[in-house]
Amino acid sequence: MAQQPVFAPWDDPTQTPLITFQNVTKRFGDFVAIDDLTQHIYEREFFALLGPSGCGKTTMMRMLGGFETPSEGKISISGRDMNKVPPNKRAVNMMFQSYALFPHLSIYENIAFGLRRTDMDKDAIDARVAEMLKLTRLEKFARRKPHQISGGQRQRVALARSLAKAPKLLLLDEPLGALDKKLRQDTQFELMDIQEKTGTTFVIVTHDQEEAMTVASRVAVMDEGRIIQVATPDAIYEAPNSTYVADFIGDVNIIEGKATRKGDKTHIAWAEGQPDIIGSTTRDFSEGQTCHFAIRPEKVAISPDKPDAPNALHGKILDIAYLGNISTYHVELPTGHIIKAQTANTRRLARRSLTWEDDVWVSFTDTAGVLLDR
Amino acid sequence: MKRFSWFNITALTLGFAFLYLPMIILVIYSFNESKLVTVWAGFSTKWYAELMQNEAFLNAAWVTIKVAVFSSTLATVLGTMAAYVLVRAGRFSGRTLFSGMIYAPLVMPEVITGLSLLLLFIGIGLDRGVLTIVLAHTTFAMCYVSVVVSSRLVSFDRSLEEAALDLGCSPWQAFRLVTLPIIAPAVISGWLLAFTLSLDDLVIASFTAGPSATTLPIKIFSAVRLGVSPEINALSTIMIAIVTVGVISASLISKQASLKQQRDEQAAARG
Amino acid sequence: MRRAALIAVPYFWLLALFLVPFLIVMKISLSDGALAIPPYTPQLDIAEGWNGLKTFLSELDFENFVFLTTDDLYWKAYLSSFKIALISTSLALLIGYPIAYSMARAAPEWRPTLLMLIILPFWTSFLIRVYAWMGILANEGLLNQFLLWTGIISEPLTILNTNTAVYIGIVYTYLPFMILPIYSALEKMDDSLLEAAEDLGCSRTSAFWLVTIPLSKTGIIAGCFLVFIPTLGEFVIPSLLGGSQTLMIGKVLWEEFFNNRDWPVASAVAIILLLILIIPIILFQRNEQKQREMEG
Repeated sequence: MAQQPVFAPWDDPTQTPLITFQNVTKRFGDFVAIDDLTQHIYEREFFALLGPSGCGKTTMMRMLGGFETPSEGKISISGRDMNKVPPNKRAVNMMFQSYALFPHLSIYENIAFGLRRTDMDKDAIDARVAEMLKLTRLEKFARRKPHQISGGQRQRVALARSLAKAPKLLLLDEPLGALDKKLRQDTQFELMDIQEKTGTTFVIVTHDQEEAMTVASRVAVMDEGRIIQVATPDAIYEAPNSTYVADFIGDVNIIEGKATRKGDKTHIAWAEGQPDIIGSTTRDFSEGQTCHFAIRPEKVAISPDKPDAPNALHGKILDIAYLGNISTYHVELPTGHIIKAQTANTRRLARRSLTWEDDVWVSFTDTAGVLLDR
Repeated sequence: MKRFSWFNITALTLGFAFLYLPMIILVIYSFNESKLVTVWAGFSTKWYAELMQNEAFLNAAWVTIKVAVFSSTLATVLGTMAAYVLVRAGRFSGRTLFSGMIYAPLVMPEVITGLSLLLLFIGIGLDRGVLTIVLAHTTFAMCYVSVVVSSRLVSFDRSLEEAALDLGCSPWQAFRLVTLPIIAPAVISGWLLAFTLSLDDLVIASFTAGPSATTLPIKIFSAVRLGVSPEINALSTIMIAIVTVGVISASLISKQASLKQQRDEQAAARG
Repeated sequence: MRRAALIAVPYFWLLALFLVPFLIVMKISLSDGALAIPPYTPQLDIAEGWNGLKTFLSELDFENFVFLTTDDLYWKAYLSSFKIALISTSLALLIGYPIAYSMARAAPEWRPTLLMLIILPFWTSFLIRVYAWMGILANEGLLNQFLLWTGIISEPLTILNTNTAVYIGIVYTYLPFMILPIYSALEKMDDSLLEAAEDLGCSRTSAFWLVTIPLSKTGIIAGCFLVFIPTLGEFVIPSLLGGSQTLMIGKVLWEEFFNNRDWPVASAVAIILLLILIIPIILFQRNEQKQREMEG
């Protein structure tokens, strides 16, 4: 079986982007919501904007929808400058955080609402609404009003309504925020499935990193109106470009030190009387430059005896967090640093070989962590 | 209720007796045979019959209804626009003055509103009549309407309008197809409020009415100044009856609607 | 621009029919009413431009206001309006608070009905509600008949056409304005606060004074202003229930205008009434703002 080509238009210089942000700045009074931002988004992408509240992700999306206009710079969709185009003249639809279902209209009329604003004839509208109802498994509820269906169903109506006009671009503003955890996970896969079936470009805004990692083809991590890093979910997790990204996505241990190049390895001097941490990096660090070594807890092993590993540090267990499938050990080093180590609980009722106050060794390979300059 | 004591029951009984007894007495005495309104002389509906013969009252009633319909409708349109401006238009020069002009008539003594409008009408040489009363009533009623409507608009989820724009509506279509149907209950209660204010108003109408147009409250006031009369009792009873039936049925309808909504939501939550 | 039109229509309506008339009242209050009919001197001659405006302004004076201070009728009217408004507001609070309190304590399924019963009189004609008391308070009226029948009094009391009747009328018509804000403040109150107070050693009475009253303070203040402000300019109640000795500024203004036809003086009376009203109105707005801030 031939290997499926990897979907990565952003690595292909011959591709033209669907959306271009060109030096876009958006100010609200004195507050800078978006700060000189340039970014391309490609057709058929599932692009996630991730960041804490107030980072500008919602403003970026609302500018795509036409609800805000950039203070400076240019946004174009399919090569067309969108700055002067009002929301109702854009081939862009939005799924609102509150769903914004029209309470006075039935589910059917909600989905048909956008189609009725076009010159589509009645039969074609009927057919299209029926198609959308089928896609979102809502056929039974067509005659109901929004308050007569459950939260999960409302979420699907909102999706169906925004997809009905077959937009080039669909914007999703925290689409799953109002659902409980179990339903949210099911819906994430449903969203990906629908995105694939319809071939629409999706831009999703979320503050939930797990959600962004699950659904998106690329994730943009934002902070204070800037995009810090844009990459595929695995690259964001395994190769963050800054401590901000490393810390924002998942759990991480960060140790500050001074880098020295030794052969193909980099040694980090991080505390007096402790052995250097040995890591590898493609980045250039000058001699003695301050750097941050970041390592994920699941890449740190814990053992009662000194293991044979490039990096092994001695410490004492301070705390154990038992989470069912995994346990996280907080190990305090003599320097006062706390290192988190994670082990999978593969055996039921693990022989409790490690407990509070035990002397232990934490260890990791020389390729497990990343070296960051900021 | 643990704390619902005899004190509470007594307070409510006395309070409602105070509020309702005078009107109940008024209604009872409208069926009094005697001309002397304080002496009961047997049941009779003759004052109603006489009222129906009274051309002056009937004319005044007709003028009042005309004025109320026109002014409340105009006030609803203007008041809804004003509410929209207050809640949605953002900043514009003269905004403070605008909101001041919306709220000031609510606390302005009626004698002053009436006096000032009369001086304006005289100043521009407008003959006093139905038109001047309509203008006056529209002006103060629109402020009430805009307060009612804007309090609804404040809690209105703005993303509903954005969704309409997003799905291809022009701003006017978004208002007509989405905003207006949703805020309709507030607009209707605004209209009803404006209508009642216009029906009730004595002071402003006295200033702005001319000899050609007299409203019912002016008529009642001049009759009542001379003392209690059984015909006025009959007229009052009719007005009280209309209001009571109207308010009670309106509240029953809205109670039914909210009960249905509750049931639907519970059913939806169960799946 | 659709937005501009949307703003302009209600804006110009209010300018033309609220602000301009109000400015006319101000202007006339500063004019000389040599003849009790228009035109009043001075008149603004637009054709003369800036000079015209200057002469116009120089001819305005405070003569009418000076007149108001010399005739003690007006002083007395303002003071007595203030007194009547103050007393009736206190009475309305004393009567309204227990009612609002009991409503808030009633079973939740009863509250909407009780609320509707409080609001219902709002929709009934103000004039009729005042008129209803005329038949009750008259010398041969029902109240006197009842009191004579019970033997409490042997001579009919004169109530109608006295200030007492005015108090009764004001409390009766404005009571819902007092009850509603207090009720809405009390209804929001959490019952567990009282339980906590009792748990911490308060008696029921002291819990009421230390917890319930402070928490309903904004409602009390709002209710008091809602009664006080319109009462100050009230016309219908004093003229139907009050007697010849009942002096209220609304009635004085009316008579000055309709009976004496002295429009400049009537305008000056109106301006002073408004100046007096500004203080309670600002205080009321402050209270509302504070309440909004508290509710977040």
